[in-house]
Amino acid sequence: MRQFFIFVRKEFLHIFRDGRSVLILLLMPVVQIILFGFALTNEVKNVKVAIMDPSRDAATTMITERLTAGEYFRPYKMITTEQQADALLRGGEVSLILNYSERFREKLMHQGSARLGLTADGTDPNMASSIILYASSIIRSAELDIAGKNLHSGGVAIPNVRLLYNPQMKSSYNFVPGVMGLILMLICAMMTSISIVREKETGTMEVLLVSPVRPLFLILSKVVPYFVLSVVNLTTILLLSVFLLGVPVTGSLFWLVILSLVFIFVSLSMGLLISSIASTQVAAMLISGLVLMMPVMLLSGMIYPISNMPDILQVIAQFIPAKWYIEAVRKLMIQGLPLNSVVTELSVLVAMAAIYLTASLRSFRDRLQ
Amino acid sequence: MKSSDISVEAKGVSKNYSSVKALDDLSLSVQKGEMFGLIGPDGAGKSTLFRILTTLILPDSGVATIEGFDIKRDYKSIRRIIGYMPGRFSLYGDLTVDENLSFFASVFNVKVADNYPLIENIFKDIAPFGSRRASRLSGGMKQKLALSCALIHKPSVLFLDEPTTGVDPVSRREFWQMLERLKTYGITIVVSTSYMDEALLCDRVALIKEGRVLSSDSPRGVIDSYQNTLLAIWGDDMHSLLKELRSYNEVKSVYSFGQEHHIAIDKKLYNHNYIDSLTQKLEERGERNFHIKVIAPTIEDCYMEFSANKEGYE
Repeated sequence: MRQFFIFVRKEFLHIFRDGRSVLILLLMPVVQIILFGFALTNEVKNVKVAIMDPSRDAATTMITERLTAGEYFRPYKMITTEQQADALLRGGEVSLILNYSERFREKLMHQGSARLGLTADGTDPNMASSIILYASSIIRSAELDIAGKNLHSGGVAIPNVRLLYNPQMKSSYNFVPGVMGLILMLICAMMTSISIVREKETGTMEVLLVSPVRPLFLILSKVVPYFVLSVVNLTTILLLSVFLLGVPVTGSLFWLVILSLVFIFVSLSMGLLISSIASTQVAAMLISGLVLMMPVMLLSGMIYPISNMPDILQVIAQFIPAKWYIEAVRKLMIQGLPLNSVVTELSVLVAMAAIYLTASLRSFRDRLQ
Repeated sequence: MKSSDISVEAKGVSKNYSSVKALDDLSLSVQKGEMFGLIGPDGAGKSTLFRILTTLILPDSGVATIEGFDIKRDYKSIRRIIGYMPGRFSLYGDLTVDENLSFFASVFNVKVADNYPLIENIFKDIAPFGSRRASRLSGGMKQKLALSCALIHKPSVLFLDEPTTGVDPVSRREFWQMLERLKTYGITIVVSTSYMDEALLCDRVALIKEGRVLSSDSPRGVIDSYQNTLLAIWGDDMHSLLKELRSYNEVKSVYSFGQEHHIAIDKKLYNHNYIDSLTQKLEERGERNFHIKVIAPTIEDCYMEFSANKEGYE
């Protein structure tokens, strides 16, 4: 036991004496959460609108006021020509053009409908459709208030859109689970594999092999520090997301932690597996990057929904542990569903942990290859 | 030699790396308490042999034992009783001197104090730098630390793979003195080197070329088995001398050796007039300002001869 303690202590010394490791391990989760939470947001907020209003009557004034009253839209400029609108949109100065038709109020009151154009910058289609969705729902309700029953029957079908679990369409609800999956995977798999491969590369592994130390013991002492750090990171992420991003843990915290621990085990054993394939630190980093990071980012449903993917990618996604983890975290944390809703995800992860752990322990030889 | 006196024995060991023969039917034996040198240039197969003897890799064929333990079957027992210092710097550069030493002590489940007398002589020079990171030590000090770490569990057999490569001459000499002192503890030492002059410091040596043993004997015995008469020649135009000498029948071989050329002459064709007649012959060919003398062969000369013979047989 004393020996084990010395081995673990040595790993911690390696980590804390390497500035980069500390930075990656402890700061990255914080940076990612803040980055994803604030900077890379998909939320509609402070969108600049250019308004082309040839009628300038009570109705258009009211609609414009309604639209720009909240924190979503901000009037940028009043314009008079299509060319102006085009230039503003092209130059990226505004993201939305609101274009009233002439004699807007008159048409609305007497004909029951009036034409109103919304033009958004489609280079970011997700963003554009959110903007249009927001704007049109505000405008509809304003129109309704103005024209009341005079509204044309065709125009009154106002969609009542309500987003469950995330009524404000906060994007942090989407990527807190994603960031959790990403960071735990990265720290466990990448850092563990690098720390083992480093010993191969520097030749210390040779010395350790030519000693009575059992390989299993060696592996365990490598894994423990990264396990501890992962738990620290998990805590950090949860605290940040609850108190900084305001994403609540609506479901059972206990099961969320259990689920995360299982996922940490899966990631650790993948790291061990990588370390037995790679013989240089660069190779370990590349394998972790290509085999773990990319799929986690792209195929886990963190950024793009899996159900929209072509069949083949959907099949591949099933083999990515992070996909199951992120799905389960969404259910437990955001939707607040009970444990029995994540039984599938949890069992898949447990099975994956068992398979990878067995494979990695088997692949660790007590001789050089 | 009784079998109980044998510490390390290899019989017919072969190892191939893809298509390259690293070891080719190699056999040798090392007696207990002996300092045994594996002498050969880079790529001769020394490191591969070390890895096989230290149970790191398995040979393709052949058997080997360490203190009676089979390297394949009893590898766990072997790992308890040997110390190994690989060719490259294999300590933790980010740990301090003291941390390295106590870590390797714990690897073997001993305390630094247990065997401190054994390493005291070696470690006392670096002890003042106990809290310095190992990566910031000089080459000589790194070697001392690595040796201390390899000895901390008092092994019966110590394997040192090119311990003096890349170390300055003063530290090299000092290192060999330390090994000499270790012998008094009865530790069997197997050491490899590509510096031929270091062979003289061993009790017995094996000259290794391309995975085969050319000769295995005491350094004296190796030199005594040299079959030719050796001359040294030096002069103004070394290049033309070399070309000229290579064309003579009685000259078995001629090669540059530092500032001179060494000429191996078949003993039977050599007599006390030979140098004079050679001088005359060379002068007739237009060579000027050169000197010739008889010299005693060194291990390197033996290595050159034996490896030439080996090729001749094939």
